[in-house]
Amino acid sequence: MSVTNEDVLHVAQLARLAIDDTRLPGLVAELNGILQHIDALQQATMPADLSARTVAGMPLRADDAPPVALRRARELFAPATRDGFFLVPRLATHGDAGVSASASDGEGDA
Amino acid sequence: MSVESLQAHTVEAAWLQYDAVDAGPTGLNAFLSVDREGSLTAAASIAATPHTAASLAADLAGVPVAIKDNLATLTLPTTCGSRILEGYVSPYEATAVRKLREAGAIVIGKTNMDEFAMGSSTENSAYGPTRNPVDRSRVPGGSSGGSAAAVASGVVRLALGSETGGSVRQPAAFCGIVGVKPTYGRVSRFGLVAYASSLDHVGVFAQNVFDAALGVELIAGHDPYDATCSERPVPALRQSAVVTDHAQPLAGLVVGRPVEYFTDALDPRIHAHCDASLERLRALGAVVRDVSLSHTSLAIPVYYVLAPAEASSNLARYDGVRYGQRRSADGLREMYERTRTGGFGAEVTRRILLGTYVLSAGYYDAYYRRAQTVRELITQDFERVFADGVHVLFTPTAPTPAFRIGEVSDPYDMYLSDIYTVTANLAGIPAMSQPIGLVDGLPVGGQFMAARFDEATMFKAAAALEYAMAAEGGV
Repeated sequence: MSVTNEDVLHVAQLARLAIDDTRLPGLVAELNGILQHIDALQQATMPADLSARTVAGMPLRADDAPPVALRRARELFAPATRDGFFLVPRLATHGDAGVSASASDGEGDA
Repeated sequence: MSVESLQAHTVEAAWLQYDAVDAGPTGLNAFLSVDREGSLTAAASIAATPHTAASLAADLAGVPVAIKDNLATLTLPTTCGSRILEGYVSPYEATAVRKLREAGAIVIGKTNMDEFAMGSSTENSAYGPTRNPVDRSRVPGGSSGGSAAAVASGVVRLALGSETGGSVRQPAAFCGIVGVKPTYGRVSRFGLVAYASSLDHVGVFAQNVFDAALGVELIAGHDPYDATCSERPVPALRQSAVVTDHAQPLAGLVVGRPVEYFTDALDPRIHAHCDASLERLRALGAVVRDVSLSHTSLAIPVYYVLAPAEASSNLARYDGVRYGQRRSADGLREMYERTRTGGFGAEVTRRILLGTYVLSAGYYDAYYRRAQTVRELITQDFERVFADGVHVLFTPTAPTPAFRIGEVSDPYDMYLSDIYTVTANLAGIPAMSQPIGLVDGLPVGGQFMAARFDEATMFKAAAALEYAMAAEGGV
């Protein structure tokens, strides 16, 4: 078995990695080189009693990475948000202490 | 050997040696962080407190030790050789480290490693490669190359490493020292940063078999913080590493020679050293018997399905939120991707992708499930041999001596460096490497493997071989 550019970009998306165009061809070649050796496993004789121990055709979820479904909108979990991040009060150890995120004035740390 | 000889090496002596060998452009680069002031203060405190020699707690009183940088420590960062954990300090300490400290050891520093223990040369560290103390143009092996170099160069005489496929034994062989991987479950992994949880072990480096046995004995034992850690009592392993019968110390011992480990892939000069060691074992009273571990050739393919699969899951936690560095971006997903892509090196990225692929729908059965089944067959090979009366197995540790830095560029060629060690991780049995000779001035390691939880027999055989070689004038 071998992987294509699309396969690698798909698993990269699942793994939350960004593969740029310059790196992609090399990665595909490297992974195919490794998979070529791993394919030796396909030649191994599987004893029936061992194969029976693991569940064949175990149902698997679809390989996608949808947004996490929440019962309430994510923004409702925090007093303020910006650009998808929660705004929280500054810590005393990080510059000006005591600025409240609830002011929603952009002074909080995302 | 004795505890006293280990204690003779002081923290002050460690720093003198460290200053001589580790820093500078041609230095070993064995350490990623050190605690000079804290260790000297601790040494002074121990020196002022008389201890009882008979007490277990005093075994390592004042002895400087080094810790691989994937074992959590409270006093020093734990980076795993990765940019993504740069500056990260753990809020708790690994059980193995805690036990060494409780035995009186003083941690002088954290050692370099292949990023997240993925590698066989320590070239995959984000902080530069470690050099082999025997020949600085060569690698020390990996992934625990920093710990191996620290012991081989004499900075410390005891160090902790970790193993997933041979990362203690292979560098021990390359650097000419002793390296031990105990049975899976013998030593707690609490505080060992996970790479592939079904294969990960904590291991020990030392300059001789006795010190290694002592180190394993001190860190072994049940730990409620690690559900995989066995409740079996730990025997006095150091005693098994003492040769008392100097004529026939191995009388009655059956040593298996797995024929699959002695093929054309093995450097003939290493083959010759193994043959000589087997002759020594016979002279020490052992019976040497050829045995077959018929699924050995599938061990590397199995390993490079299972380990990346587990790694892809274990390393999902490094997302810029909970640990280490974060790279800012416009949205949450973009932040995850920028952090992970910028924080992981090439080999870690490759293994995460490979692991994600073999676990994905449509390929899970063909790769992951099949690899699990073959792993069981490999384990059964060992169980059959040990049930058939073999006490220990003897093999080479690595197919070649240490290679030059940058010499091996193909990923799979690098993976083959672990061809003789990875089987013990798959089967969970104890295994160790010790020096058995030189090839062109480079150390060669011989490997003993034993049945699960029978480290004592393994140390007995290793100590006898070490004794015989010393009697001949050493390696």
